[in-house]
Amino acid sequence: MAVVTMSQALNMALTEEMARDERVFLIGEDIKDSTYGITKGLWDTFGPKRVIGTPISEAAIAGAVLGAASVGLRPVAEFMYMTFMMCAMDQVVNQAAKSKYMFGGKAVLPIVYRTMAGAGRANAAQHTQSLEAWFAHVPGLKIVMPTTAYDAKGLLKTSIRDDNPVIFIENKVQYATTRDEVPTTDYTIPFGQAAIRRTGKDVTIVALQRMNEIALEAAEELSASGIEAEVIDPRTLVPLDLESIVGSVRKTHRVVIVHEAHERVGFGAELVAQIVQHAFDYLDAPPVRVANPNVPTPFNRTLEQLSIPSAAQVVQAVRGLMR
Amino acid sequence: MATIVSPIEHAVGPAHGSSPTALDRHDLSDSDLIDMYRTMLRIRRFEERVKELFLEARLYGSVHLYIGEEAVATGACKALGEGDVISSTHRGHGHCIAMGLESGPMMAELMGKVTGYNHGKGGSMHIASMDHGMLGANGIVGAGIPISTGAALGFWIQEKANVAVCFFGDGASNQGAFHEGINFAAGLKLPVIFICENNGYAQFQSVKQDLPIEHVATRAISYGIPGVIVQGEDILDVYGAVKEAVRRARAGDGPTLIEAKTYRFEGHFLGDPEPYRTREEVAAARATRDPLKIFGAQLQEMGVASADDLKRIHAQIDEEMDRAVAFGESSPEPAGSVLLTDIFTGADEHGRIV
Ligand SMILES: Cc1ncc(C[n+]2csc(CCOP(=O)(O)OP(=O)(O)O)c2C)c(N)n1
Ligand SMILES: [Mg+2]
Repeated sequence: MAVVTMSQALNMALTEEMARDERVFLIGEDIKDSTYGITKGLWDTFGPKRVIGTPISEAAIAGAVLGAASVGLRPVAEFMYMTFMMCAMDQVVNQAAKSKYMFGGKAVLPIVYRTMAGAGRANAAQHTQSLEAWFAHVPGLKIVMPTTAYDAKGLLKTSIRDDNPVIFIENKVQYATTRDEVPTTDYTIPFGQAAIRRTGKDVTIVALQRMNEIALEAAEELSASGIEAEVIDPRTLVPLDLESIVGSVRKTHRVVIVHEAHERVGFGAELVAQIVQHAFDYLDAPPVRVANPNVPTPFNRTLEQLSIPSAAQVVQAVRGLMR
Repeated sequence: MATIVSPIEHAVGPAHGSSPTALDRHDLSDSDLIDMYRTMLRIRRFEERVKELFLEARLYGSVHLYIGEEAVATGACKALGEGDVISSTHRGHGHCIAMGLESGPMMAELMGKVTGYNHGKGGSMHIASMDHGMLGANGIVGAGIPISTGAALGFWIQEKANVAVCFFGDGASNQGAFHEGINFAAGLKLPVIFICENNGYAQFQSVKQDLPIEHVATRAISYGIPGVIVQGEDILDVYGAVKEAVRRARAGDGPTLIEAKTYRFEGHFLGDPEPYRTREEVAAARATRDPLKIFGAQLQEMGVASADDLKRIHAQIDEEMDRAVAFGESSPEPAGSVLLTDIFTGADEHGRIV
């Protein structure tokens, strides 16, 4: 067990899975020199047929992994920013997500699309998008959003071993700043199991990825005034651990949802619908969302911070429910 | 001297000879030439200041410098006229300056200030100024190709004599948008000039790995348009080829693909550790392919400017940059209240008409 960063944990998962299964290969732009260090050293270890650098051609990458999976490989594609996946949407949405069903169940497509979302680095609107809801809307794609280094390693391994297309979303702010204990041994984390980051009886906060850090901060502040929040990290959106979320809301009777994505039609909307449907009689207040206020991410860093949910906003949202 | 690689009818310029001919100043007057030198120097000094400020944490964001490539933007934009437009890339500061954008509001934009061209909402990768015909820098590699094609389509529909110039990198030529945009433009003979700035690298990847052919310009053959190679550090070579491509475009003869062989002297972005190339390679390019030094020498050779004249220009540009930095730094931050403005035209952030 060692304390490692999020990017090191991801690197460990890739290294171990590539060593374990020779069908696993990596493909993407600049993955040899690795802009954020996730794939660092893998080209040296596994060679040019296991770590394939491509031209700047996202559609080709997204489609090539589908083709390679069709002939028995287990590709892991990298799209540095989630934004660049927009250039590859046909291959992801019309092809990879649907082939299995359209072909009457015959296609087995063990593909991982790794990509990076999140705000807070002054990369401006095009390079700062959290589009998990787009992909969660499409049947046939599993959606993974790890929050800790430990989860990142375990969930990436599960993604690689899964026989379906998986959208594996990392958070760019967390690569170097999030660090926790990660075993050097092999372990996986099953999809569809939320993590309870903090237990509490008064309110449930469901937070996606880095927003768990914000939620925990808010929970500490609330605790000082006697409000105990339960913080839940779904970890995977598809499949979703609805039982844990609904179970918590039935206990606390109140819920706040926090994500970096735009509020309108964000994943929070789905969560609210599910919670209302399954815990309506238990709710003491309407569910609320704290999210990006439907604005493209501004470059100016003060404005950018205003567009990202803050602990103060979460505290305020909770207090609003307690009245 | 330009080299034709796609020998389509009306191909641009004379073919590359074995010995370079005497300096060809085309139709450029002395003051045009000096103006071009000034623009190139303005780009160089602007970028140097940006680097300094970035390293001192006086500005921030994702910043890509144009140092070494100044002759491409400057030579190309000099061939444009009133109402012509360009689309740009993530490496867009040089294109902006060549289109006449001022260094003060540009610097302010890089600092996220309210006086910036985009009021601090865009930053380095998104500077735009419709008043200058600058349709926008772009964070998405290759995205400008369909956009400039569309501007040319607009001119074609409106029967205007204007042209659009599209700047993009060698890496961008591997995007699907490159094929779709150029093929479409060629089919309708739209007035657009595609200028590939081949600086040898797409981020960390050498163009040798990314391109199975030697020249991007060769790809013009498959669209039935002229493909031309110019030396990107030679501003007169760039100007001549673009001038002819603009003439063709205005005459209704359609697009041209021009590949400028150039070299980026700085890292891909500020902070790039550059593991993919040697210091020697960069030093050699700086010594032999510096567009500013080359053009400075050419101006003296042509008797257009003396060493003292150039020195005076340097002093003026240095002062201009002092003013630009001071303007940026003394400008206010945007108020928090503007967060939700500018999302829609004529509507609030919810899309409701106001
Ligand atoms: C669609 C897309 N894919 C990847 C990137 C990441 N990226 C930014 S610049 C760049 C390299 C671009 O190379 P080139 O087109 O040659 O332009 P240069 O940087 O050399 O000027 C890459 C891969 C991006 N911005 N957009
Ligand atoms: Mg390049």
